[in-house]
Amino acid sequence: MRYYSKDHEWIEVDGSTATVGITDYAQGQLGDVVFVELPEAGRLVEAGKEAAVVESVKAASEVYAPVSGTVLDANQALADDPSLVNSAPEAGGWFFRLTLSNLSELDALMDADAYQAFLATL
Amino acid sequence: MADSGLLPLPLDVLHRRLEGRMVPFAGYAMPVQYPMGVMAEHLWTRESAGLFDVSHMGQLTLEGEGAAEWLETIAPGDFKALAAGKLRYSLLLAPDGGILDDLMVTNTGSHFYLVVNGATKHEDLAVMRSQLPAGLTLTHLEGAVLLALQGPKAVDVMQRLGVVPEFPGIAPVEAMKFMSAGPYLWNGTRLGISRSGYTGEDGYEISLDAADAEAFAHALLADPAVRPIGLGARDSLRLEAGLPLYGHDLSPEIEPVEAGLAFAISKRRKVEGGFPGAARILKALLDGPARKRVGLKLEGKQPAREGALLFSGDTEVGILTSGGFAPSVGAPVAMGYVSAACAADGTALEIEVRGKRLPATVVPMPFWQKNYVR
Repeated sequence: MRYYSKDHEWIEVDGSTATVGITDYAQGQLGDVVFVELPEAGRLVEAGKEAAVVESVKAASEVYAPVSGTVLDANQALADDPSLVNSAPEAGGWFFRLTLSNLSELDALMDADAYQAFLATL
Repeated sequence: MADSGLLPLPLDVLHRRLEGRMVPFAGYAMPVQYPMGVMAEHLWTRESAGLFDVSHMGQLTLEGEGAAEWLETIAPGDFKALAAGKLRYSLLLAPDGGILDDLMVTNTGSHFYLVVNGATKHEDLAVMRSQLPAGLTLTHLEGAVLLALQGPKAVDVMQRLGVVPEFPGIAPVEAMKFMSAGPYLWNGTRLGISRSGYTGEDGYEISLDAADAEAFAHALLADPAVRPIGLGARDSLRLEAGLPLYGHDLSPEIEPVEAGLAFAISKRRKVEGGFPGAARILKALLDGPARKRVGLKLEGKQPAREGALLFSGDTEVGILTSGGFAPSVGAPVAMGYVSAACAADGTALEIEVRGKRLPATVVPMPFWQKNYVR
């Protein structure tokens, strides 16, 4: 099941683990991504707090953890090719995987339809 | 998008039709990028020709007997020796020698034409008017359009378009020398053209009436070599070219010598002085400044941004004033001010970014070699 945040992250949940990235809308707003600073394995991230930093040609932007948990690993492919965030934001351009510490936090997120409706309001 | 309180550029409708992403800049709603994106726009300008709307910049004329002499009291250029049809980069200086703005000054033959930064134009005008002697007229060409066509194909584009000299004896656009200017015509439309720019590329800046601008811009954009380019790429292009941006790399707290702009102080002025802050500036020329603007190349891919602190070992030695990814270099670059002892090319420093230290090396600028034709 895939959920979306108002900060334009997506989270694909499989049991108690999940994969996090940014949405196609977010990458379009950021523009050409040239570097991604990813969290290290074992780091505790908190819902709504900074978990990664994505750098475009012009600016640095924070990426927030949509839910709390412990980072399992990060997408090392982004170190060699940060443009994956632009070309495949919701697939090969994923940021990190984590173990969820509080499954009920998912209730605050949107499903795909609700996220599309949210985008339409922007 | 809420653009309340922002002025529209004269070509606002065109930018929106081209799907420019409009952002606030210098009080105007301006295109930061078009659908092509900053990276592709940057590379397009380096390979072909990019069209920039820089109508936010202040276009001024100065007329009257003694205009050159008066300009020399506010800026350190040799304007008495500036020949008709030539332009020069200069600096508007505060009484203490701090940089109030950087500007281009053209001698049109009948008057001076000045281009100042958009964010500072009103303050510049106030400073100039407070000192303007009787007999000189300073006019702000409000609402006039200024376009820049930059890149190696800019010459071919202007030739193909049929831009011709307004008077005999004026060089055709393709034969204009860099930093020269003159009056030209396109389809009966009057164009004030200089061979200049701020991207590190060959090209032109073109001043024209707003009423004529849409048709002219359309004609340029109809050429397959030309694409519209936003402020994002303009910034990465000028950074790569090692060119300082006012409000970031230049400010009232910085004098020209430490900024690496001693070339803007003409030879005669170095001898005679007589410009604001001359004592301080000439002393910095003689003794060397305490800090210097330098270029920095970073290892790895992570960019460092304006405001990041520079270290040599544990000692803080400077601060970045511009930084980002340089698309033509393919690596992050930055410029900043460091203490003179750390300013030599090859000096290894560290830049603090989000609590981490990134290794960087002082390198000569430009980061990217210019493509000037002559």
